[in-house]
Amino acid sequence: MGKKILITDPEKCTGCRLCEIVCSVKHDGVSNPALARIHVVKWDNEGFYLPMRCQQCREAPCLAVCPKGAISRNEALDCVQIDYERCIGCKLCVQACPFGAMGWDAERGRVFKCDLCQGDPQCVRFCDMKAVDYVEADRLGCVRMREAGEQYSALLRRFGRG
Amino acid sequence: MALNRKIAFIDLTTGQTRTEPIPLDWRRKYIGGRGLDAYLLYTHCPAQADPLGPENVLLISAGLLVGTLASASARTHIMAKSPLTGLLGSANMGGFFAPELRWAGFDHLVIRGRAEKPVYLYLHNGEIEIRRAENLWGAGVYDTQDLLRRELNDPETQILCIGQAGENLVRFANVMTGRKNAGGRTGMGAVMGAKNLKAVACRGTQSIAIRYPQEALEYNKQIIDQVVSTKVSQIMQRWGTGFIFGVTNTTGLVRCRNFQYNQLPNSEDIECENLDKVSIGLDGCFGCQVHCRHRYIIPEGPYAGTYAQGPEYTSQGAFGAEVGCRSLNTVLVGNHLVNDYGMDTLEVGSMMAWAMELFEKGILTEKDTGGLRLAWGDDEAVIELVKRIAFRRDIGDILAEGPLRAAERIGPQSLPYLIHVKGMSNLHSDERPTPALALNIAVSSRGADHLRGRPAIDLYNLPLPVLERVYRNPDGYTGPLTNRYSEYEGKPRMVQWQELVYMAVDSLGVCKYHTVFLSPNHPQFQEFARLIYLNTGLEFGEKEIWDIAERCYTIERLFNLREGMTRKDDWLPDRYFDEPTRLGLPVARGKCIDREKFRAMLDEYYRLHGWDENGVPTPETLARLGIAEPKPAA
Repeated sequence: MGKKILITDPEKCTGCRLCEIVCSVKHDGVSNPALARIHVVKWDNEGFYLPMRCQQCREAPCLAVCPKGAISRNEALDCVQIDYERCIGCKLCVQACPFGAMGWDAERGRVFKCDLCQGDPQCVRFCDMKAVDYVEADRLGCVRMREAGEQYSALLRRFGRG
Repeated sequence: MALNRKIAFIDLTTGQTRTEPIPLDWRRKYIGGRGLDAYLLYTHCPAQADPLGPENVLLISAGLLVGTLASASARTHIMAKSPLTGLLGSANMGGFFAPELRWAGFDHLVIRGRAEKPVYLYLHNGEIEIRRAENLWGAGVYDTQDLLRRELNDPETQILCIGQAGENLVRFANVMTGRKNAGGRTGMGAVMGAKNLKAVACRGTQSIAIRYPQEALEYNKQIIDQVVSTKVSQIMQRWGTGFIFGVTNTTGLVRCRNFQYNQLPNSEDIECENLDKVSIGLDGCFGCQVHCRHRYIIPEGPYAGTYAQGPEYTSQGAFGAEVGCRSLNTVLVGNHLVNDYGMDTLEVGSMMAWAMELFEKGILTEKDTGGLRLAWGDDEAVIELVKRIAFRRDIGDILAEGPLRAAERIGPQSLPYLIHVKGMSNLHSDERPTPALALNIAVSSRGADHLRGRPAIDLYNLPLPVLERVYRNPDGYTGPLTNRYSEYEGKPRMVQWQELVYMAVDSLGVCKYHTVFLSPNHPQFQEFARLIYLNTGLEFGEKEIWDIAERCYTIERLFNLREGMTRKDDWLPDRYFDEPTRLGLPVARGKCIDREKFRAMLDEYYRLHGWDENGVPTPETLARLGIAEPKPAA
């Protein structure tokens, strides 16, 4: 089985934000979107919803700027992770992340980010629409192709193949 | 934690605010949300208050489980004395306002007085500001939220507001959040308008601690699976509530041309399947996997390209069957306009249909309507009428007064055509073939309404053992139950049970689609007890939750009695008894309600609640529920 990656699909998202709450409850035992590692960005005037979260970058800016080597890649999980033993709370990583995915918990005085729930992401588990999904990377292309091809194939099957 | 949210007392006349903790004793007696609001209204609103005067008390609240892991814990409740009925005003809406209110640190707002000039409230992390809103006055619901988010420079702000209808004191103006979430019924928007309160904006980052997080996470997953595994949820996930219009119309349970027919033939264009053409996807309230409404773009006409949400089945009724229209575009535009002006779609549809029948009968003429011909199925006239009501122009000014005041102005000959209970119009449904549903609208504590106690599952003719499992608990009811929806026996119990389960979810802040509304297999008292425990740590037995709901429903009753309601008001319009239905399936055709049997149902309903033959709670009931005379308002 190939490594899995977390993907999001705004076409499927209904904007309910359940992913945010299960995330903060799972990690911090509280309901608070400000502590969630995932956030549904909404354009309410158009009805467009996009779940945003850590992209687990290959060349991760957060990792690059960390002066204490507290951020590393977990290759087995394909995940960028924080070592709180080394972290000094300087917040350079918060500023460096181009996606806003490194958070700062002001109350506890520490950074936080998506850890893929160690391979069982709760946002995925609770999203009935699968707007957030966790799929094997080497199958991603054909999954997306099948979804995109559904409309085309329906037309072909309805009107004949040529 | 979930129990440390505050109650805020806000006086708009003096500009003073204070916050207090919510006593644990109140949680044990009223839970929160609608239940606690009922107690607060009964206690703080002076008897015989002018609903549009500064003495009326406006309550805005989030239920006890809002923002927690309880599924679809999204609901905001709004309560005040109603300017429409002069009795209990109460409205409930989904969206994202209520959880944000809790993250901002509040559960209940108690708003009194009247601001000299338009204002809005800004609540953020425990702070309350009363801010100027002159620049917002005149703006619709969509623009108001836009302008406020820009002013506050925070697109995450959640806003509850009124549109022009609330400013113009349309007596059925609603309170809105987002594009379509409507605290629709009983004119709560007019109460805000009369207080010069345009909006409440809130934003918060305060954690709600979950008492047993890991167990709550697992239990919520179980509840979600329970909800989305039912057939009705799966249909709702795909089509939205619009499917209800289709099935009830096919049976013959839809009010058409006011009350002349019980079915709209050739309705294909406004059926839910057709919404696929304009839908850009479904939309969920906070934490909800049922996502029962569409996001859509209006396809044609002057509003082409407008983005809106819905339409619910009630709008298919209001801008379709009730007024004899068959155009999807009219339903889409009508739904958009009532949401943007901030008016109750049910009341608008019903008032228009009544006016059209009066026009047909010659009781209203073009002289009365400012030249508008109110012909059945005239799409343009319908849309024009919506605008005239919102801005109170000519005939619209009369209709904006709501059923009874409008009938007073038009004359007594208009009264027999009015489909209302306690001065509030019914939705688009026709209950003549369904005695249980008819009893519900007659006795509901806020006037004709399905969301107070409709036993909708009665329509399925379920096997008796299924009904026994639902309706015998949690108080061990041993009386009769019947499973044919054309029968009268055992139906009062179903109404009473539904009233209390809806009171419970409204107090928890959970959506009715996540309890026994459309499925007998959805969560109810037992599941509520577990959800409360895992999320808040409070221990309630299922019977205790039942008792709390009974206490709160009885307080609503006491409020209505104090304001002058009598047994006579728990009654249906004559047409329900005198005009048999003309269309529909055999089971729905040629039906009307039997007066004597209905009277017997009403007696039985009172008895079940522990109220006397006049519908007044007996001293024993008050003692059992621990309800005392309200102390004078502090």
